[in-house]
Amino acid sequence: MPTRKTGTKKIRVLPGFRLTLGFTLFYLSLIVLIPLMAVFIKTSTLSWAQFSQTVFSPQALAAYRLSFGASFFAALINAVFGLIVAWVLVRYSFFGKKFVDALVDLPFALPTAVAGITLATLYAQNGWIGHLLAPLGIKVAYTQLGIFVALTFIGLPFIVRTVQPVLEDFDPELEDAAASLGASRWQIFWRVIFPTLTPALLTGFALAFARALGEYGSVVFISSNIPMKTQIVPLLIMSELDGFQYAKATALAVVMLVVSFLLLLAVNVLQWWSNRYNTNNLA
Amino acid sequence: MAEPPFVRRLLIGIALAFMALFLVIPLVSVFAEALKQGFGFYFQTLRDPLTLSAIKLTLLAAGISVPLNCVFGVAAAWAIAKFDFRGKNILLTLIDLPFSISPVISGLIYVLIFGAQGWFGPWLIDHNIRIIFAVPGIVLATIFVTFPFVARELIPLMQAQGRNEEEAARVLGASGWQTFWRVTIPNIKWGLLYGVILCNARAMGEFGAVSVVSGHIQGLTNTIPLHVQILYESNNSTGAFAVASLLTFLALVTLVLKTWVEHKNTALRGTAFTPVPVGNKTA
Repeated sequence: MPTRKTGTKKIRVLPGFRLTLGFTLFYLSLIVLIPLMAVFIKTSTLSWAQFSQTVFSPQALAAYRLSFGASFFAALINAVFGLIVAWVLVRYSFFGKKFVDALVDLPFALPTAVAGITLATLYAQNGWIGHLLAPLGIKVAYTQLGIFVALTFIGLPFIVRTVQPVLEDFDPELEDAAASLGASRWQIFWRVIFPTLTPALLTGFALAFARALGEYGSVVFISSNIPMKTQIVPLLIMSELDGFQYAKATALAVVMLVVSFLLLLAVNVLQWWSNRYNTNNLA
Repeated sequence: MAEPPFVRRLLIGIALAFMALFLVIPLVSVFAEALKQGFGFYFQTLRDPLTLSAIKLTLLAAGISVPLNCVFGVAAAWAIAKFDFRGKNILLTLIDLPFSISPVISGLIYVLIFGAQGWFGPWLIDHNIRIIFAVPGIVLATIFVTFPFVARELIPLMQAQGRNEEEAARVLGASGWQTFWRVTIPNIKWGLLYGVILCNARAMGEFGAVSVVSGHIQGLTNTIPLHVQILYESNNSTGAFAVASLLTFLALVTLVLKTWVEHKNTALRGTAFTPVPVGNKTA
């Protein structure tokens, strides 16, 4: 749709549209889109029976259950503590606040393999934290609980970083107004502040959940990777690959990709909702 | 207006305890474990030829993927921020795709294309070209997982800056390249640097995707994170932590640089690593 032909649109002053868009589409197709299509094309060579045998096998079902369950609870814990961390960072001042703020991003900056061996060592029976829990009969490393700990670690920044900016933009006059109308501090939080945070909180939750579902590096060390017990979906895909079962690995990858796309869609809808919410508030 | 002091102290206490448990203790323990057998062993591990070859390969993979994704990021941001075209939102979502895909699947897609049983497998074998279980596969996987970093920093930045300055330069007689180098680049330099820092951290630390395509050949296809895994699994935990301490140091440098750039350009604060969809960010 060249702009010059239509009289109503203005002539482009800036050059490079075709060059940059062309390169963008070429590079995107080459690196991302065509390789991703390979997953779907490879899967389409399987018959439905073969496909369903792989993706609904007892081992796969157990892996989905564990992946979804551990990711959900990890995101939930992060939602609660992430909200508190974001609140404290925005509202209060205390010694070392800037340091704590910068440290929130550590799980993104720290390579997952390092996180994996560190958590596995800390929570092992003789580790710094593990030896405190062992007398209580709590085993973390090489159990489902260990997977939960690793997924909590890698999801930590998401909720803090999505809630923080919304809390910073929150208009204190709304709180003053509620207070002058006789609301208690607790009522102000639940009825005035919390509802504005909800879309951001849900976005952060969805992002942390999505990240946890796909996580591999930090889990592989702390999980004993026993089928049906401590094997999450990415570990199952990896063990199929190690056995050169490419078709099986690919079928499982398709299931994961569809779930990721649905979550991506959910995040987009949440963002749209939160934007609308914020615009309504301003109006 | 504010909470009573004991509530405030309680919340700060909870936040700090959570951060200490999940971030500070693991961070300290990396260095403590690394130095468990003294400085002699520590430096001996770092000087080991296998460690050095892993460092070289990691530098190579980052040295190729970061500049390529930089060029892509600038091109994509130019096309998206300076021009109007249909399908822009779809393009934004597609650029973000690699973030929502499990690292294991990011490696798998290249195995399906270039592996021995893949699309180009037989042709590559005939021509004696190795991509999977070789260096090119590692570079490709690294490019894939770091694909969106620069683009997603530059797109919102350039959208916010608009096109007035570039249009003025053009009208005053500057060529397209002059406009780009003298107007656009100075305007986006902090955003570009920011994207490069985050992109580099991920490129050097990637584990899952690289693990699928590497084949783990010591001295040949081992990156630093893969070397950490090999040392850890061969019961050389102290050695693994010694090499991991390099990556931890890199993570800390990344956080310091990131905080410094945010300090220089406050517009960059917020969703640094957190992949909130770019197109939907609140303005």
